[in-house]
Amino acid sequence: MKKDSLKSEIAFQKTIYFSGVVILLLLLGIFFTLLFSSLPSIKAFGLKFLTGREWDPVSGNFAALPFLAGTLLTSFLALVISIPFSLSIALLLGEYSKGGAISSFLTGMVELLAGIPSVIYGFWGLFILVPVIRFIELKLGLVPYGVGIFTASLILSVMIIPYSASLGKEVINLVPRELKEAAYSLGGTKFEVIKRVILPYARSGIFAGILLSLGRALGETMAVTMVIGNSHFLPTSIFSPSNTMASVIANEFTEAVDTLYLSSLIEIGLLLFLITTIVNIAGRYIINKVSVEVR
Amino acid sequence: MENHILKIENLSAYFGKNRILKDINLRISREKVTAVMGPSGCGKTTLIRCINRMHELVPEAKVSGKIFLYEENIYDLHPIILRRKIGMVFQKPNPFPTMSIYDNVIAGYKLNGIKISRSEQDKIVEESLKKAALWEEVKDGLYRTGTFLSGGQQQRLCIARALAMNPEIILLDEPTSALDPKATQRIEELIVELKKTVTIILVTHNIAQAARVSDFTAFLYLGELVEYGHTEKLFTVPEDKRTEEYLTGKFG
Amino acid sequence: MQDKTLFRIMQDRFFKLVVMLLAFLSTLPLLWILFYIFKNGISVINWRFLVNLPKPVGEISGGISNAIVGTSILVLISCIVSIPVGIASGIYLSEHRKSRLSYFVRLSVEVLQGVPSIVIGIIAYLWIVKPVGSFSALAGGIALGIMMLPVIVRSTEETLKLIPYYLKEASLALGVPYYKTILKVILPTGLSGILTGVLLGIARIAGETAPLLFTAFGSPFMNVNILKPVNSLPLLIFNYAMSPYADWQKIAWGASVVLVVMVLFLNLIAKMVAKKWKTIS
Repeated sequence: MKKDSLKSEIAFQKTIYFSGVVILLLLLGIFFTLLFSSLPSIKAFGLKFLTGREWDPVSGNFAALPFLAGTLLTSFLALVISIPFSLSIALLLGEYSKGGAISSFLTGMVELLAGIPSVIYGFWGLFILVPVIRFIELKLGLVPYGVGIFTASLILSVMIIPYSASLGKEVINLVPRELKEAAYSLGGTKFEVIKRVILPYARSGIFAGILLSLGRALGETMAVTMVIGNSHFLPTSIFSPSNTMASVIANEFTEAVDTLYLSSLIEIGLLLFLITTIVNIAGRYIINKVSVEVR
Repeated sequence: MENHILKIENLSAYFGKNRILKDINLRISREKVTAVMGPSGCGKTTLIRCINRMHELVPEAKVSGKIFLYEENIYDLHPIILRRKIGMVFQKPNPFPTMSIYDNVIAGYKLNGIKISRSEQDKIVEESLKKAALWEEVKDGLYRTGTFLSGGQQQRLCIARALAMNPEIILLDEPTSALDPKATQRIEELIVELKKTVTIILVTHNIAQAARVSDFTAFLYLGELVEYGHTEKLFTVPEDKRTEEYLTGKFG
Repeated sequence: MQDKTLFRIMQDRFFKLVVMLLAFLSTLPLLWILFYIFKNGISVINWRFLVNLPKPVGEISGGISNAIVGTSILVLISCIVSIPVGIASGIYLSEHRKSRLSYFVRLSVEVLQGVPSIVIGIIAYLWIVKPVGSFSALAGGIALGIMMLPVIVRSTEETLKLIPYYLKEASLALGVPYYKTILKVILPTGLSGILTGVLLGIARIAGETAPLLFTAFGSPFMNVNILKPVNSLPLLIFNYAMSPYADWQKIAWGASVVLVVMVLFLNLIAKMVAKKWKTIS
């Protein structure tokens, strides 16, 4: 009896220990699988993979610069568009209307927004946003593609608002009440308290929130794939059709029959994995540091 | 008739349905120290937070009654103007960690967007720090952030910050409760010194502190003003039984 | 001085107005999206739509039953893959808060949560599809399981951490062995918290498309063999939305309504379970 229970005890400890190990191995496995499967492409193109402009499955030349540029442009643009909105939501929920009908309405809305699947954003973008952008491009005298970096950024910005707003609210809530009160007691208006005390105090947390939102935007696939226009050329303006790293994989992976082609797509996946991982770790690190300092 | 700076008339304060203060009537004398004491939860902090209208910042907080600063009802003033005239120092020292000592002292001017010349700023910083008896200790590190200072120094920095705005009244909300005895003594000495130029309302749960530094004392119990008068008289011949019980430590 | 005060008050009000305006503007796309998919999709939905199979272009009354079944199969596989490991590692993390392994596991969970879904798709392709030689529900389910795993680990860890220590002490003091204390006392107490995590995890993966593109792949047929390709709602929406046929796009709208209602319903249930959990603890 006693022995049985001891055995079970050991079995239990082993089970939970190995589950933890499994997760660690899973991540390492992902990294090394990507790395090994990219080797043919890494060997064939080396660093030129990052700087070359040509992606030509016919001639067998692969370089990812157009997609790197497309990814960075789309994500940064999406961030720039979304920041005023997500900061406003964060301020409204964290400062202006704590509790109360307005904040619960807004919270509910933001949660809904976060719950909508990516493919549906893309679908909506394809049928609503693309014609609108095409119309605007016509008015501006541009080539009316409709699809392209700008369209993708708009959808992406809507998609990251819930995430960045909730991070922002978290960070703003970390600002100690005593500091806000001190500022009010000196005669500051709410705007002045936000500008002079809350935002400076929350600065690094907000920066981390932006990084984490960037991590989200970089890897977002479906909605972007549906409206970015699928072009292999280096974008020349924010209205150009383009491809992001994620969208080129989504579009071409099943067509890639020869090893080098597939390996090049996987190398793009590896790059995407590395970039998002670095951005996420940096963001999390800063946020954790900030929250520890407050406590 | 004595020289009154502040008249509180029929003041009641609420959090939601809870009535925290019940019909308070009080006259505060100019350039004196008035102590507000009572057991915790008696409404003393709420009372001074009504005086600079910080009470309203909390959702669901309500006030009724009138408070006159000189002849003007403070509820007719915009809070941001009022709060410049009535400074406040809090229980826990709260210098702004993102600002230097120098910027902390003139934080009120920065926050209020008041443009003053550099030499004027220097003057205000030096004077305020001297008034708060902190100048000698920090004059060589004015541009460092205030977070390295000791608790007592931080609290004096907060006093300097309040003084820099040249307020008519300074509200001190248990300013020494987070400090050690030595730092407490320095703050108390400072309070006595300051009353030459500014009116001070001091909230404390420390009976001895009220006796040491105040000219007048108000005793609050369960949201009611039980007794108010010259400190000496209140401590030696209290009129109300509850005051006597509190002073002799029977409750609280 | 007085003028300046007036200016500051106006500035304060103006800023508040801008904040409110921007905050509410950001909810507009949501309302727009919901309105639009319901406007286009609701008319398509009827009983036949839910139980019929897709039909070739030109034939009417095609349905999405295979996608609904496919999504269910995928969700089931991913739950089987991720829940046991997820809960077990969650227990490890809450029991060994400071160990070296838990530091790395926690880091891995954070990194995994941020890995783009398309990359997970590549991995499932390389690990399952390539060796097996066929796109399959299994590969898709595993891809989704990897995505769900971090959500479950985190919710388990967070939930268990909130359970008061005295509960554990009480059980141990009665002579109950450690593993039984965890399994019979701690886990049941935190069950609804963990359940919330599982539901949120399912809501997250039910709408995922990217990891399925080259794993589950999609199929116009009804299939319950997990070693064969299956359809799923998001895949069907993607394929039909990108098609040039108005009929198919109509079906995609209908499928979108079904998917959105499903995901929002899952979120709602998760919220209700979470509320219940809060009132208990």
